[in-house]
Amino acid sequence: MNARRRLLAALLALLALPRRVLAQPSVNPAPGIDARTLSTPQGTLQAILKGTEMRRGRVRLELPAIGENGHSVPMTVRVDSPMSEADYVRRIDLVSEKNPVALMATFFLGPHMSRAEVESRVRLNGTQRVTALAQLSDGSFWFDAAEIVVNESACLDGG
Amino acid sequence: MTARIEVQHEVRRGDPIEVRIVIQHPMETGFRYDSLGRQTPRNVIHRFECRYGGVEVFRASMGAGIAANPYLKFFVRAERSGDIECRWVDQENASGYASARVTVNG
Repeated sequence: MNARRRLLAALLALLALPRRVLAQPSVNPAPGIDARTLSTPQGTLQAILKGTEMRRGRVRLELPAIGENGHSVPMTVRVDSPMSEADYVRRIDLVSEKNPVALMATFFLGPHMSRAEVESRVRLNGTQRVTALAQLSDGSFWFDAAEIVVNESACLDGG
Repeated sequence: MTARIEVQHEVRRGDPIEVRIVIQHPMETGFRYDSLGRQTPRNVIHRFECRYGGVEVFRASMGAGIAANPYLKFFVRAERSGDIECRWVDQENASGYASARVTVNG
């Protein structure tokens, strides 16, 4: 009787938990939501690296030397990888030095991609250094950084 | 949400399939104010995924650092004929879908 009552109380307590606690998403739904850890470029890199070292090389980040308009800057990131089942790029993170939210995007790749290459257009809040950090399937981290002069910043009226 | 997807329709087995997509979306940063001084809430496409023949091949988690009308280009390895399917969702839970058929020869 007592055990049943305790079980009932436990079940009721579970129901009372906010739904958010029970349904934690498996991936960060939007980069930048946890502003405490993701607001600085260093914090962002540390959160991804989790103590692992990053080495320069294997990654190539291409940005124009001068971005006339920070609202839309062409960006290409390439990693030197065979993209086979045994050796592929797992993820590429783009980290900005001056944007209000440092983590701009994370790309998740895999052995079904024939090239470790992604092209997009980014927003940049001023002249700065952008870092592309890649994690390979063996867990190692590699990066490249590019300096860009931005003449007209994005997010002028906010940040 | 309208989108334009461009994929090579015929490709040899093992070759790269170039996938290019542009989605019409303001990617609101949350740092913009309207003429009355009210802050426009942040709303970006935060999740994008691409499947090829039903298997997830590429995924992107994006923030306000990606420009309005997000553009992505990536390369998938041609293995068999099938659909390249892209799905995405923004922070107001509006979602979109675009697909293209790929025929693999050889």
